[in-house]
Amino acid sequence: MEPGTLDVSSTRSEFPALHQSVAGSPLTYLDNSATTQRPQSVLDAVNAFYSHDNANVHRGDHQLSQRATEAYENARKTLAAWLNATPEEVVFTKGCTEALNLVAAAWGGTNLRPGDTVLVSTMEHHSNLVPWQQIAGLTGAAVEPIPVSDSIELDLEALKSRLAKGDVRAVAVKAVCNVGGTINPVAEVARLAHAHGAVVVVDAAQALAHEQVDVQAWDADFVALTAHKAYGPMGIGALYGKSSLLAAMPPYQTGGGMVRGVSFEKTNFADPPERFEAGTPNVAGAIGFAEAVRFLQKVGVENAARHETCLARRAEELLEEVPGLKVYGKAQHKAGIVSFTLDAAHPHDVGTVLNEYGVAVRTGHHCCMPLMKRLGIAATTRASFACYNNDEDVERLVQAVHKAKELFS
Amino acid sequence: MSLHELYQEIILDHGKNPRNFGELEPYTHEAEGFNPLCGDQIRLLVRVNQGKIEDLKFSGRGCAISTASASMMTQLVKGKTVEDAVALVEKFRRSMTEEGTEADMGELGCLSGVKQYPNRVKCATLAWHALKSAVTTGEKVTTE
Repeated sequence: MEPGTLDVSSTRSEFPALHQSVAGSPLTYLDNSATTQRPQSVLDAVNAFYSHDNANVHRGDHQLSQRATEAYENARKTLAAWLNATPEEVVFTKGCTEALNLVAAAWGGTNLRPGDTVLVSTMEHHSNLVPWQQIAGLTGAAVEPIPVSDSIELDLEALKSRLAKGDVRAVAVKAVCNVGGTINPVAEVARLAHAHGAVVVVDAAQALAHEQVDVQAWDADFVALTAHKAYGPMGIGALYGKSSLLAAMPPYQTGGGMVRGVSFEKTNFADPPERFEAGTPNVAGAIGFAEAVRFLQKVGVENAARHETCLARRAEELLEEVPGLKVYGKAQHKAGIVSFTLDAAHPHDVGTVLNEYGVAVRTGHHCCMPLMKRLGIAATTRASFACYNNDEDVERLVQAVHKAKELFS
Repeated sequence: MSLHELYQEIILDHGKNPRNFGELEPYTHEAEGFNPLCGDQIRLLVRVNQGKIEDLKFSGRGCAISTASASMMTQLVKGKTVEDAVALVEKFRRSMTEEGTEADMGELGCLSGVKQYPNRVKCATLAWHALKSAVTTGEKVTTE
């Protein structure tokens, strides 16, 4: 196959869950920003671990434990290489939310003081806002929003002038907006933040499957990742942290697997990444995550992104022909996500009608209530595209939206 | 279950043209209903006089199901005693969540299709929870 092209029908065939009917229509799965489907290779990798190598990791003398440990650490190496990081900088978590809570609690808990400020973009998902509010409450630091424009783009000028006050210790920003699809200039945000001594905490939940995440190119201090939005299993994610930062952080959770030695007088903690992985890890999940990375390598994440963006632009054009439909998120750089409202129908009703035509979308505030407030709406309907979506998916989405429009007009 | 069973004419009608929508003055009881799933909010104002719901109005934004349910509720409980209204809230809640309880719901029977859509039950019951909350704990606090 030519480089730069994506064989969509062959890619589709790798995803068993796509081949089913919903309400008598072929499933049109456009809820990929909530979670993607998984290819057979990922399902097989998880199943193979439980079928053949299942054992707890670390400190096992028996062969299964050694195999499990090797597979788990190999998964870390695979993910680290994909992110352009070292394995020591990659902590497995249960997802983005846990990764962000880890940063807020362990880094924020030791570095924030009264008078410090954490800047959080107005478009942030609750998972990159609420942990900061919580730690601000404990440390006496403040949390302030970075404004966004009507088209859901970061106001970099406002960020610059706010940073200049000198009290900002961290800037929390997402790489790709799960509501409007905005691809944020993470490297630029990091450059500005670093110039004022602040760290950058990136929520890359929506980025992993749709762009080449390169932590060095971003020069990000922390990057939160999840597997299940990038064809991997649920319940596994990772935190990338610069090694100097991770090394200086206390544990987030404590218990087994993260200590060097324990007595009743004192506990010595292990080095990163083990320091941040208390308890039995999700070994099968990590293996599945690595398999998902191999899938991304195979399809070519840039090819996938081009394909998805193309479908989303087509969907957006066709949807905007529906009278009373408004698309939210008009950023210049946009991923394959289309969020809209329909004057005649509430997003919940649109979602229910679309489901009757086999079209799976997400409706609601998408865990971005401050952004909804900024846009002056309560909710949107969101169609989000993945590498396996095709032109028929776009057609079925648009037709079903027309049906919703008819029903509620 | 077809869309037209869920979105019956009467629901679409109440959804587009909600009855008793707006502000009420004076009122004695109030409550806010919030659906965290979608961020929808309704505000309910009630005037209770001698143990009876003399008048009530709701405002806010919601989907067709929540708006229609709120609209029908206001029509049904207006003039009822607080006690009867609270009993009706409970009966409606059961009809939305328990099998075999929808038979004698009268005109509210048109909402029984919602039960087939578990994620929409909260939409249908939003205003009803607000009513119960208003008349049981939402007495207006005045500083006069």
